[in-house]
Amino acid sequence: MVLALLKRDLALATRAGGGFGLAVAFFLILCALVPFGVGPDTGALRPIGPGILWVGALLACLLSLDRIFALDHEDGSMDLLATAPIPLEGVVAVKALAHWITSGLPLIVAAPVFGLLLHLPGAATPWLIASLLVGTPALSMLGAFGAAITVGLRRGGLLLSLLVLPLYIPTLIFGTEVVRRGAEGGDPATPMLFLAGITAGVIALVPFAAAAALRVNLR
Amino acid sequence: MSIWEYANPVKFMRLSGAILPWVVVGAVLCTVGGVVWGFLTPLDYKQGATVKIVFLHVPAAMMAINIWVMMLVTSLIWLIRRHHVSALAAKAAAPVGAVMTLIALATGAIWGQPMWGSWWEWDPRLTSFLILFLFYVGYIALWSAIEDPDSAADLTGVLCLVGSVFALLSRYAVLFWNQGLHQGASLSVAPGERMSAVYRYPLYLSMLGFLLLFLALLLIRTRTEIRRRRLAALQAREIRG
Amino acid sequence: MIELGKYAGTVLAAYGVSVLLLAGIVWHSVAANARARNDLHRQEGRTNG
Repeated sequence: MVLALLKRDLALATRAGGGFGLAVAFFLILCALVPFGVGPDTGALRPIGPGILWVGALLACLLSLDRIFALDHEDGSMDLLATAPIPLEGVVAVKALAHWITSGLPLIVAAPVFGLLLHLPGAATPWLIASLLVGTPALSMLGAFGAAITVGLRRGGLLLSLLVLPLYIPTLIFGTEVVRRGAEGGDPATPMLFLAGITAGVIALVPFAAAAALRVNLR
Repeated sequence: MSIWEYANPVKFMRLSGAILPWVVVGAVLCTVGGVVWGFLTPLDYKQGATVKIVFLHVPAAMMAINIWVMMLVTSLIWLIRRHHVSALAAKAAAPVGAVMTLIALATGAIWGQPMWGSWWEWDPRLTSFLILFLFYVGYIALWSAIEDPDSAADLTGVLCLVGSVFALLSRYAVLFWNQGLHQGASLSVAPGERMSAVYRYPLYLSMLGFLLLFLALLLIRTRTEIRRRRLAALQAREIRG
Repeated sequence: MIELGKYAGTVLAAYGVSVLLLAGIVWHSVAANARARNDLHRQEGRTNG
C-alpha cells in the first residue's frame, strides 16, 4: 500500500507535465544568475558559494511544493487516501518522500556541478553533498506541512512560500555552516549533528501536524 | 463557577464590556506616564540621550514575545477545548504583536545607528526578532486567506504550534550562526543590568503600560471579531429564512 | 527645555515612529470595532424589526 502510493506519486511527478527536472533547471539558472549580479571574480564568489547553493536548493525545493497535495485534492483522490487503510500521517510522509525523491535528490546530484560554477573549493564538495542529503528531507517534510495547510486555497502558492520559508531558517543556517566549515577546513561535525537533529525531529513530528491540517481541509 | 464560563461569547462580551473602560484608563495612564517619564530622564554618561529609547524598545520587545506566547496558549485552548472566543483572541492579538515587533525593530534600528554605526546588525537578537516578525506576517496572512472561520481557526492554530517550535529553534540556530561568523562579538545591550533606579522605575511603568495597552487592544479586537461572527450568522439566517 | 544633546534626532525619530505605529494599531482597532458594532446594530434591527 505504501509502496503503491509512492510508485504512483513518482509516476505522476516524472511523466510529462509533472514538472520533474524543473527544480534542477531553476537551480541552474539561479547559480548562473548570481555571478552576473556579484561579478565573475573568484574572490567574490568563493565565500558566498555555500550560501548561494543552499538558498538555491531551498528555493528550487519550494517550486514544486504546492503540487504535493493540490492535484489529489482537486480530483478527489485525497478523500480516498484519507479513508485508506494507512493513516493520513503515513500518506503525508510518503508524499513528502516522493517529493524529496523527485525534487531533493536531483538537486543533490546536480549541486557539486553547480558548485564548480561558483568556485566552491574541492574540499567542501563532499560536505555539500552530505549536508544536502541530511538537510533536504526536512525541507520536503516542512513543505508538505505548508502544502497541507494551503491545499484548499485558490491562490495558495504565494502564501505557501510565506509560511514555509521561515520554517526553513534553522536548516539553512546549519546546512550552510557545514559547507562553510568544510570549505575553510574547520570541523563540520557540530552543525552536521544539529542539521541531522532537526531533520530527525521534523520527520518524526511534522507528519502529525500536516495530517491534522489535511483533516481540517477535508471536512 | 470556572474560568471557562467566560469562553461563552455572551458572557465574554458582558465581562469585557464592563472591564474595558478601566483597562483603557489604566493603559493610557501607564503608557503615557511611563513614556513621558522616560523621555524626561537625565542623559546617560555613555549613551547620551539615546538611553531614552529603552522605554519604548524594551516594553515593545517584551510584548512582542509575550503576545506570541499568548497566541500559542489560546490556540491550544481552541484546538483542545473548542472555545471560539479563544481562537478569536489569538486572531485579535496577532496584528498587535506584529506592531510591537515592528516597534522593537524600528527603535532598535534607530538606536543602533549612532551606537553601532549601522542601522542593522545581524546580531542574534535582532535577527530573531526579524524572524518573529515573519512568523506574525505568515500567521496573519493565513487568517485572512481562509474563508471558513472554523477551518481558519484550526489551521492557524496548527501553524502557531509549529511556528512556535521553529521560532524557538531559530532563536538558538541564529545564536550558533552568528558566533560562527564573528566570534565573541556581542553587540547586544543587556537590559536590566547596571541600570540605575532613575531609569528602572519609568521602565517598569512603561512595561506595565504596554501590557495594559495590549490588554485593551486585545479586548477591543476580540469584541470586534465576536460582533463580526454574530453579524455573519445573522446574515446567513436572513438569507436562509 | 529637555536636554537631548547630540542624539536629539535619534531619540525624536524613535519616539515618533513608535507613537505613529501605536496610534495606527489603536485607530485600526477602534475603527474596526465601531464599524462592526454599527453593522451588527443595523442587522439586528432588520432581523428583529
